[in-house]
Formats: sequence, C-alpha cells, structure tokens
Amino acid sequence: MSILHTVNKSPFEKSSLDSCLKYAKGGSAVLLYEDGVYAALKGTNMEDKVKSAAQGIKFYVLGPDLKARGIADDRVIDGIAIVDYAGFVDLSVESDKVSAWV
Amino acid sequence: MKFAVQVNEGPYQHQAADSAYQFTKAVLEKGHEVFRVFFYHDGVNNATKLTTPPQDDRNIVNRWSELSEKYSLDLVVCVAAAQRRGIVDEGEAKRNKKDAENIAPGFRISGLGQLIEAGVQADRLVVFGD
Amino acid sequence: MSEEMMEGEVVKKFMYINRRAPYGSIYALESLEVVLIGAAFDQDVSLAFVDDGVFELKKDQETAGIDMKNFSPTYRALEMYDVEKLYVSKESMDARGLTVDDLIVDVEVKTDAELADLFDDQDVIFSF
Repeated sequence: MSILHTVNKSPFEKSSLDSCLKYAKGGSAVLLYEDGVYAALKGTNMEDKVKSAAQGIKFYVLGPDLKARGIADDRVIDGIAIVDYAGFVDLSVESDKVSAWV
Repeated sequence: MKFAVQVNEGPYQHQAADSAYQFTKAVLEKGHEVFRVFFYHDGVNNATKLTTPPQDDRNIVNRWSELSEKYSLDLVVCVAAAQRRGIVDEGEAKRNKKDAENIAPGFRISGLGQLIEAGVQADRLVVFGD
Repeated sequence: MSEEMMEGEVVKKFMYINRRAPYGSIYALESLEVVLIGAAFDQDVSLAFVDDGVFELKKDQETAGIDMKNFSPTYRALEMYDVEKLYVSKESMDARGLTVDDLIVDVEVKTDAELADLFDDQDVIFSF
C-alpha cells in the first residue's frame, strides 16, 4: 500500500511537512504544492532535511505553484520532479490513497 | 477511476479552493470520473452566488458552476456547515424562515452522509484545505 | 484495497486524522460531526489524534468563559456509536507534556512508526 502525501504549507511557517515526514513511509510519495513548494528550494535550511527524506520517499512539486511564486525550475533540489495538475492526478491514481497534511 | 474531492476552505482567503478546482478540472479532462465535490467547513462559501470579485479577477463561484454544467458535476454543500455560515437554498430558507437564498447554480445543500458516501464510493478521496 | 463485501455493502477502512487543537478553529468540532454521522454507515472507522489534535482530548475543558460549546464529552460518547478505535501519538503527547491521565477518554497510545503502519493499512484518509 502506498500513500501520496500532499503538503501545502511553507516549512518556514508551519510544521505540516515535518508531520508528514514523521508518517510517510519508504516507497510513498510527497507532493509539495501551494506554499509547500518552498520546501523544494535549493539553498534553504530545509534542504538537508528534504534531501535526507528523499532517500526513501519520492518528492514532487507542483510547477504552476512554483511559477506563480517566481521560482525557476533550476532552483528546485535535484531529484524532485516537477509536475502539473495532470501529473498531480496521475500521482493520485498511482498511489493507493491520498493523505492531505492540511 | 472515480474521485471524490473535499474542499475545506472558502474562496479567495486561501488557495485551497483554487487548487481543488484546478485538480478537479484536471481529473475530468483526463477522462476520470468525479463522483462528488463536497464543500465543508468554510468551503461552503464557495457556493454563494452573491460573490462579486473585481472584473480582472477569477470568479471562483462561477467557475465551479460552469464546471458542474459542463461535466454534470455533483457539487454538494454540507447543510450543518452551511447553516452556520449563511449559505441557503430555497428549501433551507423556508425551513429556517429566512427571507433570501444565495446558493449558486450547480450546487446543492445536503447532509454529511454525502461525504461519507463519497468516501465509500470513490476510489480516491482528495482533500484540499488550510 | 482491503474491501470486503458484507451484506452487499462495501466496508472500507476509514481513518480520521485529527491534527488541530479545539476552539482556536472549528476543524476539531466539525470533524467530530463527520465521525458521528459516518458511524451510521457501518464502515471500519479509526480516529488518530496527532500533533495539536491531542489537545482535543484534554480533560477538564471549561468553555463558559469563551461562550463556546464544550464538545469534549462527545469523545466519551463515541463508544455508543461503535467508534472504538481511538489512537493517540505518543510523540505528540510527549512533546506537549501530556500523559494518558490528561485525556478525557480511553485511547490506545501508539508511536508515530506504529501510526504510519496504521495509516498505510487504510482505504480512505480524512484529514482535519
């Protein structure tokens, strides 16, 4: 069984990503969207935590939310895949269920 | 595949209502089925036809109504949450002796059982909130 | 999917994850309303209280001074609705200085790792 976890909060303001990572098991996926996309940036004090979590969990970030916030693709941590809303749908289909860390 | 979508926040204040709309639209455009969109908590405010955003802004309420029209999408507003927040259809207005109704086209007010049923019937439940 | 057919009805494993403290926002109260209505649907229901959700279960809540309804006794009534699987995160309680003696209802304390396994085993996850 695999879960798609969705996180829509900035990790610099709220602890949703931390909570999510406590419960996200190896083999599951995390989609960062809305203000959650800030967790996908290189050069932040969250980068090490995200990279370390990314060893067992696949990270995705929503492209339209990145673009809206002025973040170019090359600012995203290597290995985090950029998806659009259709990709979000595909991830939901591929996982067994979706858990929203709102 | 059959989806259910839950919307927990109202329009404009949080991006949740926008994200839910974009996701729902993408689900439908990919040819999947949306069993129901359920509006809960402040999400019920997505259903007021009295919304009047500036001309150059998106109209979140109309957008839902248009999506519902195009895809026969079932947009359900929780009655208990709606009563607290003043979202009213004709039946509710009569029942609670209100002199107005404000439900936008395509939305209907019903009970929480509709959310549970969506959870039972759909293959995936996707929640948008803040 | 761990669905099984019982008397023609699909039984699914529903997990309600409660992560918010009461009163500061309405999520805790309205999520409890979902659980109560949902109980009539005879699904396999579990509730998990994690992060600030553990504060929902704090005993001795007295809300007269803020003129809001104290809904904490309802957690004790869940048993009558056959909602009996209540889980609390040990780490979340520890972090907030709470023990089971602080709680209004009997719960099963689980580590986050155990809860992660439990979440994995569900069919539908409701997040509040």
